[in-house]
Amino acid sequence: MTAILEIRDVDKHFDISGSFIDQLRISHGKLNRKKTVVKAVNNITLDVQAGETLAVVGESGCGKSTLARTVMRLYRPNKGEILYKGERIDNLSSAKMRPYRTRMQMVFQDPYASLNPRMTVRQILEEPVRFHNPGLSRAEVHDKVAEVMTQVGVDPAWATNYPHEFSGGQRQRISIARALVVDPEFIAADEPIAALDVSIQAQILNLLMDAQEERGLTYLFISHDLSVVEHISNRVAVMYLGCVCELATAKELFSNPKHPYTQALLSAIPKLGGEAGNHIRLSGDVPTPINLPTGCVFHGRCPHADERCMREIPMQRTLDNGTIVACHGVEEGRI
Amino acid sequence: MRSRWQRFKDSYMLHSFLNDRVALTCFIILAVLMFSAFAAPIIAPHDPYNSSTIDIMDAQAPPSWSHDGDSEFLLGTDAQGRDMLSTMLYGMRVSIIIGIGAVCLQAFLGIVVGLLSGYVKRLDNVLMRIADVQLSFSTYMVAIFIGAIVQTAFGVAGYEKVAVPLIIVIIGLAEWPQYARTVRASVLAERKKEYVEAARVIGLSKTRIMWRHILPNTLSPVLVISTVQVANAIMSEAALSFLGLGMPVTKPSLGSLITAGFEYIFSGSWWITIFPGILLVTLILVINLLGDWVRDFLNPKLYKG
Repeated sequence: MTAILEIRDVDKHFDISGSFIDQLRISHGKLNRKKTVVKAVNNITLDVQAGETLAVVGESGCGKSTLARTVMRLYRPNKGEILYKGERIDNLSSAKMRPYRTRMQMVFQDPYASLNPRMTVRQILEEPVRFHNPGLSRAEVHDKVAEVMTQVGVDPAWATNYPHEFSGGQRQRISIARALVVDPEFIAADEPIAALDVSIQAQILNLLMDAQEERGLTYLFISHDLSVVEHISNRVAVMYLGCVCELATAKELFSNPKHPYTQALLSAIPKLGGEAGNHIRLSGDVPTPINLPTGCVFHGRCPHADERCMREIPMQRTLDNGTIVACHGVEEGRI
Repeated sequence: MRSRWQRFKDSYMLHSFLNDRVALTCFIILAVLMFSAFAAPIIAPHDPYNSSTIDIMDAQAPPSWSHDGDSEFLLGTDAQGRDMLSTMLYGMRVSIIIGIGAVCLQAFLGIVVGLLSGYVKRLDNVLMRIADVQLSFSTYMVAIFIGAIVQTAFGVAGYEKVAVPLIIVIIGLAEWPQYARTVRASVLAERKKEYVEAARVIGLSKTRIMWRHILPNTLSPVLVISTVQVANAIMSEAALSFLGLGMPVTKPSLGSLITAGFEYIFSGSWWITIFPGILLVTLILVINLLGDWVRDFLNPKLYKG
């Protein structure tokens, strides 16, 4: 297996301090300029293998979506490199990026916001085809769109309708069709089922899995729904406060979690017939990504934290079973 | 599958319009006024622009139904002997052309500036400060200033020729920030939505995203302010003409007709001022009421008590 996408040491920080005037502060009788930066993604290194589904899980605000958007070049990373099939893509101009736009596509979370309400489904789906293949005739574009619409389970006869005339599940199918219509190899799916009804979630998941089988797609699947992740993914990366704390195959991660945060996260999955209250309770809240904790980002809530965890940022280590963990405790054999 | 016309026929918009008696009445009145204004050369009984047909001896004839009215002049004549009805129709045409022209210019400038400042962050501060400066000049001050300069530069005869485009430019330049601010506010809301990100993931250029994806979604507030702005522009023009800086008396608009008659109102010739006044008020009122309907229709969340 070869890596289709490599993320190397990527940081993404957002400046939220506003305009120059907003940045000025008076403290101790002096005028200072102070910037407030949200450190959404810090030092992330990940490989996505061709043909697999890599799921990224974590609670809200941990930087999962930012990671996906940085990969898709909706944001430029502040540091680090992103390589697609060995070619660096994070510093390309938008013109040089264009060929990669047909190979990498994205499916968004909210099917109500991700389709332009003033365009018909046909316009939405034809636009990317025409844009990337200006040579195609009208009939060829039409056929292409009809084919993809059939594949995602939306009757091509409905193409002249507007998005608001469809249900949430159908819209998400259209949104998936928009990604598939340029024949991509890689799709970043940013919580594609989070906004859907539970009964529709399964349909959309099956659609994504069928498309993967037929087209040999690779997914970067962002989710916070752990049972979905267990079902769909080959490997899982667990994120906490902008850092990857554990990366393992789905089977390994769910049966044998190493990182204390993963253990706490998995224990929070509700189980049928399980006893109430046997999950690991973490104390406190997630710290703000504006002032990251020193050392391990999880040390303030970790039951196993010691003095080293507060001081030193843990590096990712590969264990014997292939799991990658960033934890001093696991490294020292304490956990 | 359905044609555009069928969609329109079945639309909620048409249904709501046909069931709103005020809107429907206003629309009919506006349509009649617009038609009679633009068909003035055909339907008006006299041609007020053709000085050979005007006889000074007819001056200040009262409306035909009054004691010594002339049946040839239904609403009487003004101080130069022009038929009031015909002059008002021609004048309304001038007023409407200026109103719509000025709004087109305002909308064009305002939409371009609003889109750019909403979507391109670097330009936002500069463009919005320019808009603030523009707003801090009153329309009339700008108009009086430019109007006075042009009148001196071209002389009275030359001014007649450039009057219409000049007033359009003056009112258009004075009021574009209204549009720019409205469009910018909607663009700021729209650009965060995922369909814009989807368009960026497709690789579309900024210009294309701005014009093809964001702009159509910001047009409903633009439509609402457009109706109000047409009424405002017609009123601004009338006010300018009343001050003597708008349309010349030889090619009067409704505003300059009101001014022209104002001198004679105390000598008993009330009709020269009152009829154009009533027409102006009716025109503005129906446009504003239609604008209200458009606003209520496009923004149903607005509480209508």
